[in-house]
Amino acid sequence: MNALFELLLRSVFLDNLALSFFLGMCTFLAVSKRVGTAFGVGLAMLVVQTVTIPLNNLIFTWLLAPGALAWAGLGEVDLSFLRLIAFIGVIAAMVQVLEMTLEYHVPKLHRAMGIFLPLITVNCAILGGSLFMVERSYSFTESVVYGFGSGLGWALAIVIFAAIRERLKYADIPDGLQGLGINFIIAGIMSLGFMAFAGMG
Amino acid sequence: MRDSNWRILTRPLIDDNPLTLQILGICSALAVTTSLDTALLMSLVVVCVLALGSGSISLMRSYIPHSVRIIVQITIIATLVIVVDQVLQAYAFELSKRLSVFVGLIITNCIVLGRAEGYAMHNGVVASTLDGIGNGLGYSLILVIVGALREFFGKGSLLNVQILTPTSQGGSFEPLQLMLLPPSAFFIIGGIIWYIRSKRPQQVEEPEFTLRRQQPESK
Repeated sequence: MNALFELLLRSVFLDNLALSFFLGMCTFLAVSKRVGTAFGVGLAMLVVQTVTIPLNNLIFTWLLAPGALAWAGLGEVDLSFLRLIAFIGVIAAMVQVLEMTLEYHVPKLHRAMGIFLPLITVNCAILGGSLFMVERSYSFTESVVYGFGSGLGWALAIVIFAAIRERLKYADIPDGLQGLGINFIIAGIMSLGFMAFAGMG
Repeated sequence: MRDSNWRILTRPLIDDNPLTLQILGICSALAVTTSLDTALLMSLVVVCVLALGSGSISLMRSYIPHSVRIIVQITIIATLVIVVDQVLQAYAFELSKRLSVFVGLIITNCIVLGRAEGYAMHNGVVASTLDGIGNGLGYSLILVIVGALREFFGKGSLLNVQILTPTSQGGSFEPLQLMLLPPSAFFIIGGIIWYIRSKRPQQVEEPEFTLRRQQPESK
């Protein structure tokens, strides 16, 4: 239990997908003008990440990993080179299913996420999360915790970032740094801040 | 007026750089730049995937139904990336371990999809391939600058050749640990953007709010 809690903290703060692995940066910079929209994206990210990482974990362990097809009598088949295409397929399909379910059952939440749900498909943080899960060979339980934690960390980062940007538009910034330039610098400072969590654990 | 081929190739280098102006493909750019050799390898891979991807998507552009175009594009790109990944694992295993998941992430790299969607779907094969190479080179340019700066100041070396002797070995160079950590990549790119935009003022973004100029006091 302790180890799982540690993994959760680690994936939210220290191994934050956005600020220490630079994943999902395009979305991170593009849709963080308002806290409201940032919250929508963050929520979409959290949900998709929590669902796809465990699912991809199951697919990898039972279908793609070397020797995984032993239950079908194909013990020496190694399909792990297919993982990129399989993961992307799962993510795209999951996003589609999730969108339809939400639209039907929780229309309010669906409206809050809006356009960002489909856009999540091409967000590298999602695919990156799944690939890290394979690279660090997480078990199923760990992958559930990691999925939730990394989604939460990303959401936290983008909401904070958007809040800072909302304040910053009243600041007098040098011409060349206006917009993208200053955003990078803020992200850098935030990244420094998150690194301070390194002492935990 | 159609751009000349040379213009298509060189425009993305500075005037329309994918990283500093189009905000595409930032995700992978920052993570692989702790040293120059990974930055170079990553650049090479991205140039190949971009050129081949844009070229082949442009070749098929009139056969792809509009409604499923994203899926088709992603499949083409994913196939190319898998090939590149396998080649790297066969011939440069050490380096590919250090690039870790970032080769796979080229699939969702917005540059590739962005150029496929924004350019290759409407333009000829030659122009699209050149556009792919050009954008790849623009991306590489930033990657190499950042990689070189981070490796030089962080370890005192370039391409793993020690240039400055660190204090731990009796030299006078104190390695700047911050350069090897994630925040420095943000700062360096921010700085590069600042530099480019002070040279090319037309790239400067309009602020949402500006300070009102004070009226000169009447005497």
